[in-house]
Amino acid sequence: MNTVITTENLTKRFGDFTAVDRISFEVLKGEIFGFLGANGAGKTTAMRMLCGLLSPTSGKGLVAGFDIYKQSDDIKRNIGYMSQKFSLYEDLSVAENMRLFGGIYGMSPKNIISKTGEVLKELELNNERNTLVKSLPLGIKQKVSFAVSIFHTPKIVFLDEPTGGVDPVARRKFWEMIYQAAEKGITIFVTTHYMDEAEYCNRVSIMVDGRIEALDSPDKLKKTFHAGNMDDVFQSLARKAKNS
Amino acid sequence: MKQFGSFIKKEFLHIFRDIRTMMMLLAMPVIQLIIFGFAIRTEITNTPFAVFDESKSTSSRLITERMNGSRYFDLKENLNSFVKIEEYFRKGKIKLALVIPQNFSDDLYRTGTGNLQLLADASDPNEASTITSYAQQILMQHQQSLMKTNKIPYVIRTEIKMLYNPQLQSAYNFVPGIMGLILMLICAMVTSISIVREKEQGTMEILLVSPVKPVFIVLSKAVPYLLIAFLDVILILLISNNILHVPIAGNIFLILFLSTLFILSALSLGMLISSVTKTQQAAMMMSGAGLMLPTMLLSGLIFPVENMPILLQIISNLIPAKWFIIAIKDVMIKGLEFTAIWRELSILLGMTVFLLTVSIKQFKNRL
Repeated sequence: MNTVITTENLTKRFGDFTAVDRISFEVLKGEIFGFLGANGAGKTTAMRMLCGLLSPTSGKGLVAGFDIYKQSDDIKRNIGYMSQKFSLYEDLSVAENMRLFGGIYGMSPKNIISKTGEVLKELELNNERNTLVKSLPLGIKQKVSFAVSIFHTPKIVFLDEPTGGVDPVARRKFWEMIYQAAEKGITIFVTTHYMDEAEYCNRVSIMVDGRIEALDSPDKLKKTFHAGNMDDVFQSLARKAKNS
Repeated sequence: MKQFGSFIKKEFLHIFRDIRTMMMLLAMPVIQLIIFGFAIRTEITNTPFAVFDESKSTSSRLITERMNGSRYFDLKENLNSFVKIEEYFRKGKIKLALVIPQNFSDDLYRTGTGNLQLLADASDPNEASTITSYAQQILMQHQQSLMKTNKIPYVIRTEIKMLYNPQLQSAYNFVPGIMGLILMLICAMVTSISIVREKEQGTMEILLVSPVKPVFIVLSKAVPYLLIAFLDVILILLISNNILHVPIAGNIFLILFLSTLFILSALSLGMLISSVTKTQQAAMMMSGAGLMLPTMLLSGLIFPVENMPILLQIISNLIPAKWFIIAIKDVMIKGLEFTAIWRELSILLGMTVFLLTVSIKQFKNRL
C-alpha cells in the first residue's frame, strides 16, 4: 500500500457554511505534500478532520490505513502534529518536552532517553538540553517543536504553517529538517503561505472556498497555468475566491 | 498508565516553575489563616457590664469584685431590676449583665450549688461569645478558689442568655470557614487557570491530537493539586491548633477524609469553569466572582445562614463550602462522629460526582 492518506468527497459544514466541500485526494508514502490556500479556504478544517479532531459531515477518509470516523484513536497514535503556535511547554526544558511527548505516545523510558540524545545531536542542541523553552530564540523553538512532533516516528506528520514569523535563513534550515524526515519515510503534510516553500513540495494542492482547485507537482502546475512561479499560480486561483 | 505518569510529572513541573502559583498554593493559606485568625480573635478588654445583685451577700460581692478587677470587665452600674438591665442594653451602655439571684449564697453553701445568670448583647455574636467565655472563666476561677479554702466541691452554675440573637452563630467559625475558603480558592481557581492556560498557549491542541484520553488530561491536572491541597489542610490544622489554639476535638482521619472530599468537589468545579472559559482572565474572574464571593458570603463563614432571607438560604444550599463548613465544625470543634455528618458527606459526594461527570463530558465535547 503506497497511499497514506485517501479522502473521497470529504465535507464539513458548520450550519449553512460549507468549510470543506467534497475534497478528494491521495497522499503517497514519504511524500512532501503541500496544502495551500488563502486564509479561510478550509485548510485548517480539512487538516483537523484528518487528525481526528473534528468529525466530518460526509465523505470518506483514511489516514495511515484507519477510518477517520471510527478509528480516530488509531490515527492519533500514528501521526504527529505541529501547530502554528509552537505548542511546546515554555516552562519545561527541551529534554523535558521530549520526555513528556515520548511518554504521551507510550514510548519506554529507555527508548525516550536514547532518542532524546539522538535528536539533540542531530539538532546540534546538546548544550541547550536543560534550557527552558521560553529562553530559546524563535527559530530554534520551531526546530525543537518539529523534532518533538516526529519524536515518536509517526507515519505522517501534519505541519500547520510551521514557519510563520521566522527569517528566510531559518526557514531554509527548517525545510532541510523536513527533507531529512521525509527521507526516513515520514510523510509530510504541510500548510503554508510562503510560495517559495510550495516549490519545495513534491506535490501541492490549492484550496479555494473549500474545494481543491488544483493538485499536481509544482512544475506541472506552472505549466498548466502558464505561470513563471508558484506565486502566480496561486494568485490566478485565489482571485476566484468568494470567502476571502 | 505510563502516559498518565508522565502527565502528572509535567503538571508538577509547571507548578514548581511558576513562583506565583507556588505562593498561591503554599504561602497564601498560611498568611490568610494567620491574618484572619488574629483579626477575629483579638482580645476584648474593659467590657462595660452591670450587676443585678439580689443576693447582697459576701459571696456575691466577691464575685462582682473579681469581675470588676479583671482587665476584661468594667463595672458600670449596680442595677435593681430586669427592666433596667434591658434599658441599659438597648442604650448600649453595657454589653454584659450578671444576675445573682436572692438565694445564691444560701444555695451555694447549703447544697454546694449556686446558680448565676449571664446576659449578653449578642447582636455581635463573636464579641458576645468571647465576653461570656471570659466571664465564665472568671466565675470558674472563683469556684476554684472557694474549693481550695473550704475543701468542699462548690459548683457555680451559670446560665447564659444571648440577647437579640439566641442561636448564637460564630466563634471558632473562622478556622473551618477559612479552610473552606482556601481550599475552594486553590483548587477551583488554580486548576481552572492551569487548564485554560494550555488552551491559550495552544498546547491543548497538541494534547488533543495525541492518543491520550481526555479523561486523563483532566485527571492529571487534578492529581498534583489534590496532593498540594491536602498538604494545605495539614498545614492549616497545625497552625490553628498550635498558634491559634483552636481545639481539634474530633477524629483526625474523619477530618482529613472530609477535607479530601471537599477538595475533590472544588477541583471538579475548577475543571467545569475551565471547560466553559477560553482565557485565563475569564477563568480567574469566574472563579473569583462566581465562586469566592458566594463562598465567603453564603457559606456561613461571615454571616450566619440562619439569619438570611429565605431565598439566599436556598441558594446557599448549592454551595459546597457550606456543607463542608457545617461538617468540619461538627467534627473538629464539637468532636462529633461520622454518624453526625453523613448527610453533609453524602451531599458533598453527590455534588462532586455530578460536577466531575459534567466537566469531563464538557471537555469531550470540545474535541
